[in-house]
Amino acid sequence: MRALLGRWQTWAGFGVAAVLLFAVAPAVLSDFRLSLLGKFLCFAIVAVGIGLAWGRGGMLVLGQGVFFGLGGYMMGMHLKIADAQLRGTSVPDFMQIAGVRALPAYWEPFASPAFTLLAIVLVPTVIAAVLGLGVFKRRVKGAYFAILSQALAAALAILLVGQTSVGGSNGLNNFRTFFGFALKDPANKRMLYFIAAGVLLVVVAVVRQLMYSRYGELLVAVRDGEERVRFLGYDPANIKVVAYTVAAFFASIAGALFAPIVGFIAPSQVGILPSIVFLIGVAIGGRTTLLGPVLGAIGVAWAQSLFSERFPSEWTYAQGLLFIVVVGFFPAGLAGLGALFKRIRRTKDAPVVLDPDPEPEAEKVGAAT
Amino acid sequence: MTTAELEPVAGGNVGMGTEYLEVRGLTVDFDGFKAVSDVDLTLFQGDLRFLIGPNGAGKTTVIDAITGLVPATGSVNKSGAEVLGKKVHQVARRGVGRTFQTASVFEQLTVLQNLDIAAGAGRSPWTLLRRRRGILPAIEEALETTGLTELADKPAGVLAHGQKQWLEIGMLLVQNADVLLLDEPVAGMSHEEREETGNLLRRIGDERTVVVVEHDMDFMRAFATSVTVLARGQVIAEGSVAEVQANPKVQEVYLGTAAAGAEGIPDELIEESS
Repeated sequence: MRALLGRWQTWAGFGVAAVLLFAVAPAVLSDFRLSLLGKFLCFAIVAVGIGLAWGRGGMLVLGQGVFFGLGGYMMGMHLKIADAQLRGTSVPDFMQIAGVRALPAYWEPFASPAFTLLAIVLVPTVIAAVLGLGVFKRRVKGAYFAILSQALAAALAILLVGQTSVGGSNGLNNFRTFFGFALKDPANKRMLYFIAAGVLLVVVAVVRQLMYSRYGELLVAVRDGEERVRFLGYDPANIKVVAYTVAAFFASIAGALFAPIVGFIAPSQVGILPSIVFLIGVAIGGRTTLLGPVLGAIGVAWAQSLFSERFPSEWTYAQGLLFIVVVGFFPAGLAGLGALFKRIRRTKDAPVVLDPDPEPEAEKVGAAT
Repeated sequence: MTTAELEPVAGGNVGMGTEYLEVRGLTVDFDGFKAVSDVDLTLFQGDLRFLIGPNGAGKTTVIDAITGLVPATGSVNKSGAEVLGKKVHQVARRGVGRTFQTASVFEQLTVLQNLDIAAGAGRSPWTLLRRRRGILPAIEEALETTGLTELADKPAGVLAHGQKQWLEIGMLLVQNADVLLLDEPVAGMSHEEREETGNLLRRIGDERTVVVVEHDMDFMRAFATSVTVLARGQVIAEGSVAEVQANPKVQEVYLGTAAAGAEGIPDELIEESS
């Protein structure tokens, strides 16, 4: 009965979200705002993955810009080639200006839409899996893992800036079509928004299943006591790499949607800063919850576009302050705050756990003689 | 079910089971300092062995070495299979389980989830990706054995200290470990909790090999079937409680003087030095 009710609630929740995203938002928002919301949904897709890897798995993924960028650039390359073919030229416009006559060899496979979609799925997941196994098997974790992922983001951004064959610091922009649909047409923009909304719902459903499965329980166990899990006969590296790979996969899809929705993909979307901004929404929304990262990411991105229109410089400080306050004083984020109030109302004297993910007690396991 | 009525005895319930753990020449070298040197241990199923010794004798290091946490030389043979040199999780899968001085259950997860994870090392990816439904019979049994049935849905973090240690032992049971290495399981427990822990070890010890590292001599005398005494990384005595207490070498280690010819160590002295 309870399970039935729970299931009903879940479907109702997804139903409400679907109505909001597919009916209410297009009805009340202008085309410009809807497209903006589509961009926020891309950030939310990244956030769902970060929630899984960081909130449930304890891996501070400070370099999701890498996978976001890979997805975005691969999609961008395909769009540029398709545009060039429509115009009847052999190379995209920015290459023509630079005097390049022939398509670089690594661009060529991206002329095929199927190859591009496959690459968007496979390349980041394979990279994440190989990288994750290498890192986690060597028991790199905590701050070292965060620094490593951050360094990767920085390295990729620097690499991209130096590559004129992918537009240098301008990146890829000025996309005209998306798989044959003109991007100028508002109806097609709306379609892109619907795709992003649909992907977000699927991604949330996937993470929900992962969170409530046995794997999800195991992931939390690894987060809270990696060494202990080892003594139960598991290799924690394998468990962590799955969450890390899923998060990378989501980031790649989000990047691939971001490029046509926003109209560009550039190194500024790949480096350290965007990678940190991805985290802010997750932290504020509540990293250990399912919907906290989604709402946090959309909320922060929305606040950013709202406030940065009026107070461009002040907003940056406000965002930084918000991040510090949340991480320092409300590690569970807004979702944790809600649960906190509920608990305080229910029992005044019961102890309240604020931190959902306390730092593991140093050398809890196997240190003493 | 007849074996369930058995109690652990010195030397194990020989003939009842074929499981054993044979440690030969176990040596742990920390950059020239031999924390454990040339330790031999033979443990049969049904033995409730206590590993005692002064601080720094290398008791926990022996366990760390057997479970693969610290590199060691020598041999650890579990029922015919060499486990030394294997990785921690591989040793665990071969049925060697351990607990820690500080209870290290997963505090954010419920008692049931803790046990379910302990039972699942061999699960397929497909099983892992689905939800846990119902309670495995082995887990139900472990809950009953450890007296935690009522608390199954409580987060492990709210358990009392003693209950956490019992949960750890329960996790070893569902993990299907037949060699249980317990590092000071009763440290910090009340008298009643010690008593219950001892009885729990008796209940589970007939079909398994249990090694307990312990400082509490009363607890040792009440429940040990055999005792190994370590000092400065070496085994200095082995036998029944009475034999070990009468051993002059043991007396020397615990008293710090050569108490040659003394008839057993007065209990108070052992406790003071422990």
